[in-house]
Amino acid sequence: MTTTAPAPVRRARPALPRARGPLSAAVLDLLRGGAAPAVGATGADPFGEDLQLALYVCYELHYRGFAGVDDELEWSPELLAFRRSLESVFLAALRGAVPGGDDVAAEIASLVTEVPGERGVSHHLRRRGEPWQFREYIALRSAYHLKEADPQAWVIPRLDGHAKAALVSVEHDEYGAGRGELMHARLFGDMMLELGLSDEYGAYLDASPAQVLAEVNFMSLAGLHRSLRGALVGQFAVVELTSSPGSARLVAAAQRLGLGPATVGFYAEHVEADAVHEQVVRHGIIAPLVAEDPAMAADVVFGMQAATLLDDRLGEHVMAAWGEGRSALVRELPPAP
Amino acid sequence: MSPERAQRVVVTGDGPVLVEGPVEIDLPDGTRVLSQRPVTALCVCRRSARYPICDTSHRTRKKTEESS
Ligand code: FES
Ligand SMILES: [Fe+2]
Ligand SMILES: [Fe+2]
Repeated sequence: MTTTAPAPVRRARPALPRARGPLSAAVLDLLRGGAAPAVGATGADPFGEDLQLALYVCYELHYRGFAGVDDELEWSPELLAFRRSLESVFLAALRGAVPGGDDVAAEIASLVTEVPGERGVSHHLRRRGEPWQFREYIALRSAYHLKEADPQAWVIPRLDGHAKAALVSVEHDEYGAGRGELMHARLFGDMMLELGLSDEYGAYLDASPAQVLAEVNFMSLAGLHRSLRGALVGQFAVVELTSSPGSARLVAAAQRLGLGPATVGFYAEHVEADAVHEQVVRHGIIAPLVAEDPAMAADVVFGMQAATLLDDRLGEHVMAAWGEGRSALVRELPPAP
Repeated sequence: MSPERAQRVVVTGDGPVLVEGPVEIDLPDGTRVLSQRPVTALCVCRRSARYPICDTSHRTRKKTEESS
């Protein structure tokens, strides 16, 4: 009797991106076997292309790595020291840019209050977005969605009790409830293929502007630092609390544009799934976390405010570019096939 | 004591009723909706565009509404 094992899925690892300045050039140099960076992050634009790409590349070693780069560099003291200096600049800028506080209930209330006349990318796509804009939006979102739920998984061992169990139940759902073909990252990849985009991890890194990188970097930063576990929970809450209505607008946009079933399906799934996730995040994760350790409240609030700020910055960038008829990507996409 | 774990139903108060799934939902008009997810949010406010599944339409809306 012969048995055939399922063919292993072998995917090429992502290529290193192009440098965008001295900081990212220094990181890339180190990954190619060069010496420890001689430049410092002090004084760099905390939200700029160069610093954000440098940080993004550092974090990628903890996810999928890069083609031709030694996996062991993930724990290179030189690289970690450099990452630390980048993180300090980014984190200080975020703390300085948000009001702070510890009123979790008020933050949640503002996140779940819908203002139907609101401007924003999903509102625009629903009303009058063009097909090329929808494709750009998906390419922009791919930095996160092709590793959807991964940055938040770092926080699991840093939680305990009810909050941990509830967070894992949401993550389980994001990971397809045990079915690889239903993982949200896979569903996103299926949508990319349907839209004529590459579903390869990292394919759009060179095209992703700093606003996209900053959003994902904040998740990695908060996920990888135990001291920021409350902020990670706050960031996760922003995604889960705002996703349902936004996804419903994207379902409407996809239907209006006559896009295919994988595209409509990805966002339809998120309308229903995130209506559940919202409840689990509020009552199952945040409530017990803060009840057990009231000092967590300020961290959760910081995570919510920082994630909202970064999401707003991305939205403003996209709407400004589209408003001028320009691509919101660093490099324009090839036309749809 | 039953070895089976009791099914949990959570009444959130400000939103849907959460039911551990998978569940079949029979509606008064005779239609049956199947939900395969681990937890289903059942709409009890009746405003959902995906009724009987909650789509967060129960949320409060600001008054600055633009008619669209
Ligand atoms: S209870 Fe959520 S839409 Fe009705
Ligand atoms: Fe998801
Ligand atoms: Fe979710």
